[in-house]
Amino acid sequence: MSALKSAQQLQAKFGDLVGAPAEFRGEICVTLAAADKIAEVADFAKNSLGFDFLVDISSVDNHGEDPRWTVVYHLRNLAANIELRIKTNVSEEQSELPSVLPVWRSANWHEREIYDMMGIRFSGHPDLRRILMWEGYPYHPLRKDFPLAGKPTDLPNVAFTKPAPLEGGPFVTVAGGGDSIGREPRVRNPEE
Amino acid sequence: MQTKSDYAYDSKIEGDVIVTRVDAALNWFRANSVWPMPMGLACCAIELMAAGASRFDISRFGSEVMRFSPRQADCMIVAGTVTYKMAGVLKRIYDQMPEPKWVIAMGACASTGGMYRSYAVLQGVDNIVPVDLYISGCPPRPEAVLDALMKLQAKIITQPCLQDLNIIKTLAGQTQN
Repeated sequence: MSALKSAQQLQAKFGDLVGAPAEFRGEICVTLAAADKIAEVADFAKNSLGFDFLVDISSVDNHGEDPRWTVVYHLRNLAANIELRIKTNVSEEQSELPSVLPVWRSANWHEREIYDMMGIRFSGHPDLRRILMWEGYPYHPLRKDFPLAGKPTDLPNVAFTKPAPLEGGPFVTVAGGGDSIGREPRVRNPEE
Repeated sequence: MQTKSDYAYDSKIEGDVIVTRVDAALNWFRANSVWPMPMGLACCAIELMAAGASRFDISRFGSEVMRFSPRQADCMIVAGTVTYKMAGVLKRIYDQMPEPKWVIAMGACASTGGMYRSYAVLQGVDNIVPVDLYISGCPPRPEAVLDALMKLQAKIITQPCLQDLNIIKTLAGQTQN
């Protein structure tokens, strides 16, 4: 069974909820229209289509657009050696979707990381704590409106975090510049 | 086998007694038995391991006893990137070390935050603990660690050991009266 066939089976099962499979560089991606159905889709993908390995869950901040969040599930069928990607959009007001932890137990830390970095919550997660930043940190630092240098916060009894000095940065490389001067890291502040 | 040396202490000439100050003797002990607490947090810790292994051999300076318990250590070598999340742990470990204690910030990250100009990284470990020596490099070579250790020994030797203690001051005051 190919990844395309799996995507078509998903479409056949869930009808209009699952969009047409898009192919990019040999990889198949489907978009799920309703984020609150992700747990059922995941259950079907694992138990009927054989996607027994959750490679990763990642999230995208489409800052300034609506819906703001895109959550991406990377699935793998180890027996058939195929991969499938499922994308679903979540609005900023909602910022919550069902956990797929009952389907793949490895989703535990992936979902915690997304909660920590992006602030998207997963309903039904048994232990939705921060995983990288410390408990009590007030921001979600991977959001596009969070400055690279950080914001001042208080780490009780230990340290006060100031914005990191960027010394004129951030220093950004531009792909496809004509010569090495055009490509090398330069001060390119998007806020200016 | 004859072990006589013209340079070393010779009890036949100088007798069985050495006269020195308690301060100097204690500092001499301290400087030559600095037990490090290897606070290995990133790649600098690999170079610290090399400094402890046979090729560079930190035991020539009396510091081969790496203590992973802070209660048995004299000198915390902060080797690596200190994130804010780890900062609390580091401070707690430092607080558990008995006096006298020293801190070496090893490498760019521990000294200044290094290349990590970011919301997650403490910009220099001297924000939370007092640092005696900074080692430059990313990561520094083991020779640099040994150099820092020798500089720390030189610093320990010059530090007042007993004469600042209140009991000594009181006794000295009594003898003057």
